[in-house]
Amino acid sequence: MWAFIKKEFLYIFRDYRTMIILFGMPLAQIILFGFAITNDINNAHIAILDNSKDVVTREITRKLLSSHYFILDRYLKTDKEIKPAFQKGEIKEVVVFQKDFAQKIKTEGIAHVQLILDASDPNTANILNSYTEGIINTYVLHKLAGEGGIPLKVNIQSTMLYNKELKSVFMFVPGIITVILMLVSAMMTSITIVREKELGTMEALLVSPVKPNIIILGKVVPYVVLSFVNLAIILLLSQFVFGMPIRGSVLLLLAESLLFLIMSLSLGILISTVSKTQQQAMMLSMFALMLPTILLSGFIFPIENMPVVLQLLSDIMPGKWFIIIIKNIMLKGLGITYFWKETLIIFFMTLLLVVMSIKKFKIRLE
Amino acid sequence: MNKREKIIEVHDLVKRFGKFEANKHLTFDVNRGEIFGFLGANGAGKTTAIRILCGLSKPTSGSVRVAGIDVNKNPEAVKKRIGYMSQSFSLYNDLTVKENFRFYGGVYGLSNKEIRERTAFFLDKLKMASFENMLLSKIPLGWKQKLAFSVADIHRPDIIFLDEPTGGVDPITRRQFWEMIYEASDNGTTVFVTTHYMDEAEYCERVSIMSEGEIKALGTPHDLKEDYKVDNMNDVFLRIARNVE
Repeated sequence: MWAFIKKEFLYIFRDYRTMIILFGMPLAQIILFGFAITNDINNAHIAILDNSKDVVTREITRKLLSSHYFILDRYLKTDKEIKPAFQKGEIKEVVVFQKDFAQKIKTEGIAHVQLILDASDPNTANILNSYTEGIINTYVLHKLAGEGGIPLKVNIQSTMLYNKELKSVFMFVPGIITVILMLVSAMMTSITIVREKELGTMEALLVSPVKPNIIILGKVVPYVVLSFVNLAIILLLSQFVFGMPIRGSVLLLLAESLLFLIMSLSLGILISTVSKTQQQAMMLSMFALMLPTILLSGFIFPIENMPVVLQLLSDIMPGKWFIIIIKNIMLKGLGITYFWKETLIIFFMTLLLVVMSIKKFKIRLE
Repeated sequence: MNKREKIIEVHDLVKRFGKFEANKHLTFDVNRGEIFGFLGANGAGKTTAIRILCGLSKPTSGSVRVAGIDVNKNPEAVKKRIGYMSQSFSLYNDLTVKENFRFYGGVYGLSNKEIRERTAFFLDKLKMASFENMLLSKIPLGWKQKLAFSVADIHRPDIIFLDEPTGGVDPITRRQFWEMIYEASDNGTTVFVTTHYMDEAEYCERVSIMSEGEIKALGTPHDLKEDYKVDNMNDVFLRIARNVE
């Protein structure tokens, strides 16, 4: 047993390609998702067309600019300047205050702010839009309504719990953890087992007195260890580089990860029994595991927006449940009582897969 | 010949996969220390038979005893007494020579001391001591093959199964490899070998030729040649293959 584990480690460390996949992948992913594919926007250039120039509009302007989201590029004087301002490309948003703004609020209880956004980048536009709305709404609520004035018409009130600033890292980290654990364990184990088949060493091992279960265990244990190292890297990076907290119990997080890992490993073994070459194993894990996990688990695309068929499909993605669990632990700081159902689902999936893979592996020996 | 101890006894072995009979009533014995050639065209049922002998597969019916142990009842005990080397040499390319010995020594439950001794013994015999820390992928095919044979012999098994061990190797290296086989045989190790090279069949003490799941001929190369009235094993093989058609 020990000989197996040692050999597997030697093998992993000798093969620099494996090493790159193992440790480069999580690093690259988290940095990509964290920095490049970020949905957070800071210091967006805006212009303001203030047709009113009264106390209220000035105060709103001040509020907007004191948030770190916006930088005032310039004040505009007329409507005609709006178009050229966008054409230059630097300005992402123009805020237009209606004439007699403060006056209207007092007499009619409603005043209009127009937001014009550069939607050539729809994501940015959306986010800037909601930032601005948020700031104005907060101001209106606190300042005016708080003074006991006339009830005001407020169109939008969004509450962002747990991720007030809609930090996208918070959204991505649980997904990345899921994908990486799945990838490393399922893909790497299936590839290494198939590699032994290709090399003919699997045959030699099966002829030896070592029990098949031990052979598989020996192959799997190193990847469990490495996956945990990966998990630690991701968690540390997300905490210290992106400021993502772990509000719940770390121990619980690790325990749930172990469960998910075992499931992925048995998936890997299952894949190895049906594939003949390393490429085949790789393709299978890519298409049968990676893509569905990325697309259907709620990692990137919200499940609620999917057609019913895909929603049902997403239910059988273990990744979906695991992401829910991680979010609950890391962001909400909840305990097992809040997600025992999800845990149970993964547990039964694991049980099913372990039984299936052992059976499949035994059949191959016959 | 009959005085020698029987190390493999196969009696009326049948293996069916669904309706297909891969082995039809095989009966043969192999003596201790013998070099036994197990020949046959592709698909004749050789691999199936070897898998059964090694305890990897269960016979549908019939009895198989290897090293005095019933394979069907106690395959794990049999596995300790045999060594195995396949066409692909069963060694790890990304491990060094020494690490390969270490690993397989560990697999067969040898102590660290034993592993060190056996490794030194084989490397000395092969005059490869200076290569012990070289990665296997850097070592030429012929040497790899000899190493693989030594690794299969590391736990001093009673029988070594060689499944087409000389594929893709040049004639000189093949000759050297057969010298290793003779040496093992002289030390009392039985060698059970399958091959496609009929000149190698001549080196065996006895050979069996399989076709369509049956043993069509069994005997010393000399006797077989006389029976079929030809002067080399290649012709014996062709005669048998042709009779089938």
